[in-house]
Amino acid sequence: MSPRPFGPRLFGHRVTIPAMLGLAIIAINLIAALGAPWLSPFDQADVVCDAWDDPSAEHLLGCDNLGRDLLSRLLFGARMSIGLSLLITSLSFTIGIITGFTAAIAKGWVDAALSRAVDLLLSMPSLIFAFVVLSVLGTEIPVLVITLACLDSTRVFRLSRALAMNIVALEYVEVAKLRGEGLWWIITREVLPAARAPLIAEYGLRFSFAFLFVAALSFLGLGIQPPDADWGSMVRDYRDMINLGITAPFWPAGAIAVLTIGVNFVVDWLLAIQSRGHGENA
Amino acid sequence: MGKLIAQRLALGFLTLFGASVMIFAGTELLPGDLASALLQNNATEENLAVMRKELGLDRPAPVRYVEWFGGALKGDLGKSLATERPVVADLAPRLRNTIFLAIYAAVVAVPFAIGLGLLAAVFQGSIFDRGVNMATLMTISIPEYLVGYLLMKYISVQLGWLPTLANVTEQTPLGERFYLSLLPMLTLVLVTIAHMMRMTRASVLAIMASPYIEMAFLKGIPKWIVVVRHAFPNALAPVISVVALNLAYLIVGVVVVESVFVYPGLGQLMVDAVSKHDVPVVQACGLLFASAFIVLNMLADIAAILANPRLRHPR
Repeated sequence: MSPRPFGPRLFGHRVTIPAMLGLAIIAINLIAALGAPWLSPFDQADVVCDAWDDPSAEHLLGCDNLGRDLLSRLLFGARMSIGLSLLITSLSFTIGIITGFTAAIAKGWVDAALSRAVDLLLSMPSLIFAFVVLSVLGTEIPVLVITLACLDSTRVFRLSRALAMNIVALEYVEVAKLRGEGLWWIITREVLPAARAPLIAEYGLRFSFAFLFVAALSFLGLGIQPPDADWGSMVRDYRDMINLGITAPFWPAGAIAVLTIGVNFVVDWLLAIQSRGHGENA
Repeated sequence: MGKLIAQRLALGFLTLFGASVMIFAGTELLPGDLASALLQNNATEENLAVMRKELGLDRPAPVRYVEWFGGALKGDLGKSLATERPVVADLAPRLRNTIFLAIYAAVVAVPFAIGLGLLAAVFQGSIFDRGVNMATLMTISIPEYLVGYLLMKYISVQLGWLPTLANVTEQTPLGERFYLSLLPMLTLVLVTIAHMMRMTRASVLAIMASPYIEMAFLKGIPKWIVVVRHAFPNALAPVISVVALNLAYLIVGVVVVESVFVYPGLGQLMVDAVSKHDVPVVQACGLLFASAFIVLNMLADIAAILANPRLRHPR
């Protein structure tokens, strides 16, 4: 018997160092996003100094191209970038899980039709298809959310269908069907609880994907439009300054990278837990 | 084997056809239509009718789809709404630039990634292995533009070795082209190398657990020969498919990298067209990107069939 490993535990599992780091990164980002109006020294749209003022005690990260406080914009940007990605991922999971489970439970032509449609959507890069849709619908936030959620839900569909295929073959689901329970009951009460753990890990993965996707779109000027601050468009706004040695674009770009790495650390940990199962050393 | 390949080819072309329908439908299944989106506030009934007639929107969608796709097969992609020039005229030079950049990056990235993966497999568990592993894990999470701007800041601005922007024109001689697009190429290599390298390492290590490898070791063959001659050929199929998948990813990564370095490629053209609502150009670029993606995936599967004798005889 190896000695009982010590250290903090979460859900009965030991938290590894990368996972701890990841959880800390996520916590800091969430605090920044939720507390932006109270934490930030200035408003995101207020011009409070000269353009590209150096960092000072008053403006910790300096000022941006229009003389707005960079730190404040970074904090408000967290709110927009993270909030939007959470919204997209949640919507994508709702669509993906309902259609995926329905396909697995209904089988037959429903399954075939849904699966082929998803195959087709996945046959081309989602960035390219998003471009096609956005070119006609414009880039208002609701359009962005619904388009990206629909595109992303194809991958959730694949996973939840595969998970549900194994679960619907179990006796208790058969019993529920024989009892005459409806589709909604079977999805929410019988299949979902059994598929929860892998879906949570997938949520993290899809979140980081949606987050990078929104940031990339904003960076290309096709995402969130000014004056709202978000990290992708901040990189875009400040990028010309690299030639002059100003570090402003690296703050939002770095924030994007750090949060993605943090989420991936936690997802790795969750996946490792699942493949190991429960137990004293788990 | 022939039958298997023929099936895969047929599936590929079917997918290509399906993708073209999707790209066309993506601009059709909308509340309102292109005419009202273009006119916005000037959308009176008469204006709308004139605009629809001009764009050919008064005819049913299936007819327009057949015209569009039939034209695309013959190399006619319609006229740009913004410039009123034929789309192909703007597209062709951009396409050449993008293909140049993608091949340039692939030629560097693929051998480099496979080499690193093999080295990591040979020295499994060593500091080198763990170092490469951590570095690749980081590059997976870092967005392309951060990599691009970091390279730009340190290599171009501080050291002054390379130009910050890749102003390639039609007249740029080939040698200068390599020089100008070195930084975009490096960025693409850095963001695509991680998956390929990790996959090479993982599939070689998976094979290393099999009995015939143990036999090779027992015969007294040095480790690097076992890895290169015995394990790697059998790990080739998954490696090929991940290489092709990453080349397909290269196509998407190109969009962002082109924007970072203001490289006049297809991605830039498409992004500009999206913000200008220039639908014919967007459709044409979308069709090209999607075809490249689908064809690369198809080639990957076929190469995997050829590389793996066990796949040649379907049971």
